[in-house]
Amino acid sequence: MTTPDTSTHSVIVEREFPYPPEKVWRALTESSLIEQWLMKNDFQPVAGHSFNLRSTPVPNWDGIINCEVLVVEPNRKLSYSWGTLGLESVVFWTLVATEGGTLLRMEHSGFPSDQDASYKGAQYGWKRFIGGLEQVIAGLQ
Amino acid sequence: MPCAADNLFRALADPTRRAIFERLTRDGEQTVHALTERAGVSQPMVSKHLAALKRAKLVHNRRQGRETHYQARPEALAPLVDWIGHYGAFWHSRFDQLEDLLKRMDK
Repeated sequence: MTTPDTSTHSVIVEREFPYPPEKVWRALTESSLIEQWLMKNDFQPVAGHSFNLRSTPVPNWDGIINCEVLVVEPNRKLSYSWGTLGLESVVFWTLVATEGGTLLRMEHSGFPSDQDASYKGAQYGWKRFIGGLEQVIAGLQ
Repeated sequence: MPCAADNLFRALADPTRRAIFERLTRDGEQTVHALTERAGVSQPMVSKHLAALKRAKLVHNRRQGRETHYQARPEALAPLVDWIGHYGAFWHSRFDQLEDLLKRMDK
């Protein structure tokens, strides 16, 4: 169930690397390289390709993230869907050549606006109760 | 306007119900009988609680012979998870690993 609208939230991380976009692109799109910094995977840089990211399974979570490649513009843009544990979200990478190398931007969007309920819940100690699932998500790290 | 989180909070507001859900999350699928033995309340009460959990999509059930087996659906808690906090930390650490990888590549 995907309902992309303005009420969802994003995580954005940006960092400049002293390497050309071509090199950063390889790290983002070659399966064996992706495994070294993200997770085991069967990624292919082909729009429409479905793939999994696999981390260590924990109780109640098989460690699998279901993805589909959405956008491939070599050395510039890469996007894939990111679905796991009831979360339907999208990861969007942007590479911009700079004087010193590459500015890499990652936007992970589609987090439910019910997030507010999560913060309220935390105040009431709900966070402790859902500790099991919190651990599951922490396992992502 | 009730949202998914409202339904979840309501379903989980009752301590007995919460205990049943936690047990299913921790120990995996169980029969109503097994749940009743440890719930400290009667079987009709346990069934009532399970029905409430099912309405909130926190559990699903299957019949096998004369027994009904219940299983937790932890993904139903998704609206309550602090996704932003978790993924914020997750991606920052992955960017660090990416930086390490880039340093190692093509040496």
